[in-house]
Amino acid sequence: MSMRRRLTLAASFAAAFYGAGTAAAADLPGLGKPVSEADLALWDMSIGPDGKGLPPGSGTAAQGAAIYAQKCEACHGKEGQGGKNAMLINPPGKSDRTMALYVPHATTIFDFTRRAMPFPEPKSLSNDEVYALTAFILAGNKIIGESEVMNAESLPKVKMPNRDAFVSRYPEKR
Amino acid sequence: MTSKQEKSAPHLLDVAANGLLDRRALLGRGMLFAGAAATGVGSSLTGAAAEPLPVDPWSKEPGAVIPPYGVPAKYESKVVRTLTNPNNEPRTSNARTPHHLLDGTITPNGLHFVVARAGFPDIDPSKHRLVIHGLVKQPLVFDLEALSRYPKVTRINFVECGGNSAPLFNKDPVQANVQAIHGLLSCSEWTGVRLSTLLEETGIDPRAKWLLAEGADGPSMNRSIPLAKALDDAMIALYQNGERINPAQGYPMRLLVPGYEGNMNVKWLHRIKLIEEPVMAINETLQYTYRVAGPKIWQFFFPMEVKSFITQPSPGLTLKGPGFYEISGLAYSGNGRIAKVMVSADGGKSWGQAALDAPVLSKALTRFRMPWRWDGQPVVLQSRAWDEAGNVQPTRSEMFAERGEPKVNTPVTAFPMGHMNVITSWAADSKGEFKHVYA
Repeated sequence: MSMRRRLTLAASFAAAFYGAGTAAAADLPGLGKPVSEADLALWDMSIGPDGKGLPPGSGTAAQGAAIYAQKCEACHGKEGQGGKNAMLINPPGKSDRTMALYVPHATTIFDFTRRAMPFPEPKSLSNDEVYALTAFILAGNKIIGESEVMNAESLPKVKMPNRDAFVSRYPEKR
Repeated sequence: MTSKQEKSAPHLLDVAANGLLDRRALLGRGMLFAGAAATGVGSSLTGAAAEPLPVDPWSKEPGAVIPPYGVPAKYESKVVRTLTNPNNEPRTSNARTPHHLLDGTITPNGLHFVVARAGFPDIDPSKHRLVIHGLVKQPLVFDLEALSRYPKVTRINFVECGGNSAPLFNKDPVQANVQAIHGLLSCSEWTGVRLSTLLEETGIDPRAKWLLAEGADGPSMNRSIPLAKALDDAMIALYQNGERINPAQGYPMRLLVPGYEGNMNVKWLHRIKLIEEPVMAINETLQYTYRVAGPKIWQFFFPMEVKSFITQPSPGLTLKGPGFYEISGLAYSGNGRIAKVMVSADGGKSWGQAALDAPVLSKALTRFRMPWRWDGQPVVLQSRAWDEAGNVQPTRSEMFAERGEPKVNTPVTAFPMGHMNVITSWAADSKGEFKHVYA
């Protein structure tokens, strides 16, 4: 099946599905239990590049530095210069790829840190701590100023240095 | 043509230089041996002096107890995955499938390749939940027992890491075997529930164009996947080769998006959220994006495109003197079925068509075979595959014309490029020892 044909089919499929829900459920096993978005609050940690889903809270690079030294330095090295695990802050004059210099949206740093770090205790950081660590990483890579506050409003507006380098290979997007 | 070949009389079954034979020789109708006898090659097959055969000790005693769960023979202890993180240090673990020691197309569950960000979680199947929410009419939560009652389908599909074969992007040919270069690829029979069946129950908001799939593992690995793929052939897989999914493969359930890069087949799947735009997760921005000429970075490169490589013979599998061998390997495409595999023994100057083991399935590994009479001279073996969509496996120069030339050498476990499907070349010297070359 060609991609075009597949997409057309998918679109009509999607149209047919919408509004199915309980009406068509008689023909289906119907063994899923309804759940409210409120009940999914702890699970739904998705954050879009536009900042949708970012929680309340805030932090600065200075606050992040203290948390970093306590919870991150053992793997990522002093001041983010790399160690057993990835370098997070690029030393001046070196061109090594770091997360902050590479990813197109600052929200990705917040999202990944919140869901996966610190490695031994993922999801243990408070939202303030994640904002502060994100600010620490962004400021260390000279992407934001040392005193800039990162929160749900400011984080999605950060202009990432590599933002325009990405080209989607998937035909449906853009 | 070498002077050696010019001196030899052409063989009845020769289809390409350096001893590649017509694939019909594999049909077992005596063509090969009739032809071989005519030129004297193959005399070792019939001329070896047999010795009187003893009755072996195992034929004179009862065998061992049949265990509840069988494992391979003790003599096969070297048929194992290679591990990059055997002590489970705080980093990604890779385990590679030993394709040079396997045959057929199905990967045993214990040898399926693994890329795991933080080991594998110990999930209690009775407590595991799958949630589908976001841009749906009715968010639903399913437990394993409920999912097991849904209509299921069984399909054979390969899963390949987007970074498989990455060492082929080194400036110089890395000296490594099939397992090290191509081991992040496996193929299983998967059984589960179509994702479209479950989406029919939740309903789909027309604004939904993508979905986010997330695992229940510690790092909550997540990927954005086009909704079109979900409605096409995506599956919530519950069984792998007939048994419950292996813990390192996502027990008790994983997403299967046939033909798409491995990382999107989210393991330990517990949440699907329908969304309008990709979330730009770490695994679709920092990882699984590819720096190419431009300079630019390719993102959302999903299908694993047509590829093949020879598994036997290959580095580490030394030929035992001139005579008959079968060249065998794997071919596959994330875009459909394999249409044709050609094999060369002279570095791509001449080609013969390989036989394909039936059935040839869409987005599954296909085993190809080529009969070969090695005359003891140096050779360069290559394979090249075509898929039913008309895609052809690229040469190195064809690929690098688009992506740019590799400029550095990286460790064999590194990922300097993704979606590397160029032709692989194995060169044998006159001793029959193979090494990896660029040809």
